[in-house]
Amino acid sequence: MFDSLSERLSGVFSKIRGRGRITESNIDEVMRDIRTALLEADVHIDVVKKFVADCQAKALGAEVIKSLSPDQVMVKIVFDELVQMMGPVDSRIPFVSDPPTIILMAGLQGSGKTTTCGKLAKYCMDRGKKPLLVAADLKRPAAIDQLEVLAQQLGIPSYAERDHQNAVKVCRNGVLEAKKKLLDLVILDTAGRLAIDEELMGEVANVAGAVSPHQIYLVLDAMTGQDAVNTAKRFNDRLELDGVILTKFDSDTRGGAALSVKSVTGKLIKFIGVGEKLDRLEEFHPDRIASRILGMGDIVSLVEHAQKQVDVDEAKKLEAKMAKGTLNLEDFIGQMEKLTAGRSLKDMLKMIPGVGGMMKDTEMEVDEGEIPRMKAIVQSMTKKERARPDLIDGSRRRRIAKGSGVEAEDVSGLVKQFLQARDMMKRMASMSMMDRMRFGSQFAQMSMAGGKMPQFKGSTRPKYAPSKKDRRKDRKRKSR
Amino acid sequence: MGLFDRFKAALSKTREKVVSSFKSILPFGRKIDEQILTELEETMLRDDMGPATTARLIEDVRGAWKAGKISETQEIVPFLKQTIVQYWPADLRELKFVEGGPTVILVAGINGSGKTTSVAKLAKWLVGQKKKVILAACDTFRAAAVEQLSIWAGRCGVEIVKHAQGADPGAVAYDACEAAISRKADVLLVDTAGRLHTQDHLMRELNKIERVVGKRMPGAPHEVLLVLDATIGQNAINQAKHFGQHVKVTGIILAKLDGSAKGGIVVGIRDQLNVPVKFVGVGEQIDDIEPFDPGTFVEALFAE
Repeated sequence: MFDSLSERLSGVFSKIRGRGRITESNIDEVMRDIRTALLEADVHIDVVKKFVADCQAKALGAEVIKSLSPDQVMVKIVFDELVQMMGPVDSRIPFVSDPPTIILMAGLQGSGKTTTCGKLAKYCMDRGKKPLLVAADLKRPAAIDQLEVLAQQLGIPSYAERDHQNAVKVCRNGVLEAKKKLLDLVILDTAGRLAIDEELMGEVANVAGAVSPHQIYLVLDAMTGQDAVNTAKRFNDRLELDGVILTKFDSDTRGGAALSVKSVTGKLIKFIGVGEKLDRLEEFHPDRIASRILGMGDIVSLVEHAQKQVDVDEAKKLEAKMAKGTLNLEDFIGQMEKLTAGRSLKDMLKMIPGVGGMMKDTEMEVDEGEIPRMKAIVQSMTKKERARPDLIDGSRRRRIAKGSGVEAEDVSGLVKQFLQARDMMKRMASMSMMDRMRFGSQFAQMSMAGGKMPQFKGSTRPKYAPSKKDRRKDRKRKSR
Repeated sequence: MGLFDRFKAALSKTREKVVSSFKSILPFGRKIDEQILTELEETMLRDDMGPATTARLIEDVRGAWKAGKISETQEIVPFLKQTIVQYWPADLRELKFVEGGPTVILVAGINGSGKTTSVAKLAKWLVGQKKKVILAACDTFRAAAVEQLSIWAGRCGVEIVKHAQGADPGAVAYDACEAAISRKADVLLVDTAGRLHTQDHLMRELNKIERVVGKRMPGAPHEVLLVLDATIGQNAINQAKHFGQHVKVTGIILAKLDGSAKGGIVVGIRDQLNVPVKFVGVGEQIDDIEPFDPGTFVEALFAE
């Protein structure tokens, strides 16, 4: 999501890499680039000015001058500033003890309000709530239909009145309806408005006055430009917001809005919408977003996702195997399958440090059929071959290829990829976090430069399988 | 109301903003200096012109100042006006209509950019130009999108071709082509589902619609209009680039300009992309759409 900004900033930081220390003159240059990067990311100009000034002051402080590697220190300073600017967060929704809890959703036209209502309902359902969706957007044609369809998809009730244009009445009756049906959560979908539309701003304020919602969330498009701050301010003036939900975060927006809104209005960013499906609402984590901004990848989300899929004992066994370098092909495929469960390969790859930026660069296409194909190849192997892929010679390769319906070179490609991965895991197991990050991006760049990343369509597959001799050499090298 | 007045009204907020901030930093009769240029730069950034375009314009101003072409602050706005208009070469900003046969206009854009509303406005505008219009409801993904377009079709009094929600948009497009040919329509307006430009599979789907239409009618679609939300920041440029990689974008509809406090993105788009802005959405009413005219636009932007 923040690939472009990460690229820029890593370019900026590579300039100071190798220089002895941060001085007043080289920091100016760096700060100028950071400023441009943030502006291109649509961060509000006032926020940019403050951010740059703060970073500069900190960078010139004593802590940096002592340091031996200025780029690392700069990364840390900028990272900390970004986190501080976007935080703190609290994604909890304070449900009231005397239900129903009423949540009012407001926002500009096309920000994704109605869809977000559905997503939020789903989120609360997963936490044991029984929501009612109230269609108070009487302005846009078919908005009521859209909300009703969403409610149907979620299997929850919705409430609408089609015969008049009085949003206040609809909302009031909606709340009564929820009480009658013993539902404990009401989500009010109000009409989208242009910020300058006083009439509609008045309407939403009236609704808020009439039903006194417990929480008021502003839905804001993450791609909004310099205007994001004004929008948030105007809504806040009229409504006393409790939080902001940023939508369309799965685009390549550099997401300046996330940086600006919090720092200017002081309103918490509660959630981000990261996809079209109703379960794609995530809690907002400034540290993760900041690390994506800086191209450090979103390892935490990746690990969390993996944790959901893999059980602990198994994971421990695997870790030991990885560290020893005795991982076999079966484990490898099993892991790939589990890791990607429910997510596309591309999403996953983007979270790996250093990979996100490159994917943007090369417009690389990821072949989602790759994992099933890999699985088929492995399943066409004997147990022995799975444990010791180096046994696979020309004849075995042809047999496996036939069995799985691929070309012989696909089989050798997989084996080679596996050996590389195993080697990499072994090396990474013994590294510190910083080294891992660096290694990760080096590895990724290396593979890109050499055009070898066989799981990507479009990159060249190895033209020939490594000869036995090569492999023997390889093993020798590894055993050293 | 004349075209110029409508633009002026729609842009009044933009104009007040730009002019008042320009005025406040450009008091009459002050000599230009670096301080003024810095303030000017910040104002332009605030107006979403983007760092690259702003840097270019500032360089132009600085160049003219150093060369002695301008020296006092009140000369800056006329100079900028003139410079910005020059950034917009005389592209073909008019819609291309084909002789004897339906002209197919494909409308695409990201979620929430205002596509369906723009399609409706465009339909109304075309009806006003004495064209027989048929709409194709190819947004089969978003809940109730088909209903929304049907309501608009009813309000403009044009026919609509639609399938159930979840149908293959390519199939809808094909049927719509058939209908447009057999009913001898002048224009077929194809509304598509909102899609983020980063989602490859959806972009390929858009490309498929383009191909399906082209198969039924060689040369179609004759226009592919990308709808961009004027309040969106620098990402608008990315969007245009990505869409351009998958379909042959021939023009831009800049929607919600009236909601935008800044019009600067238009200048940024023009500076960095070789796609003309063809229409501007200037209000909430169904006839609030205007063919884009850079001269008028810039004039209105800086009008006193």
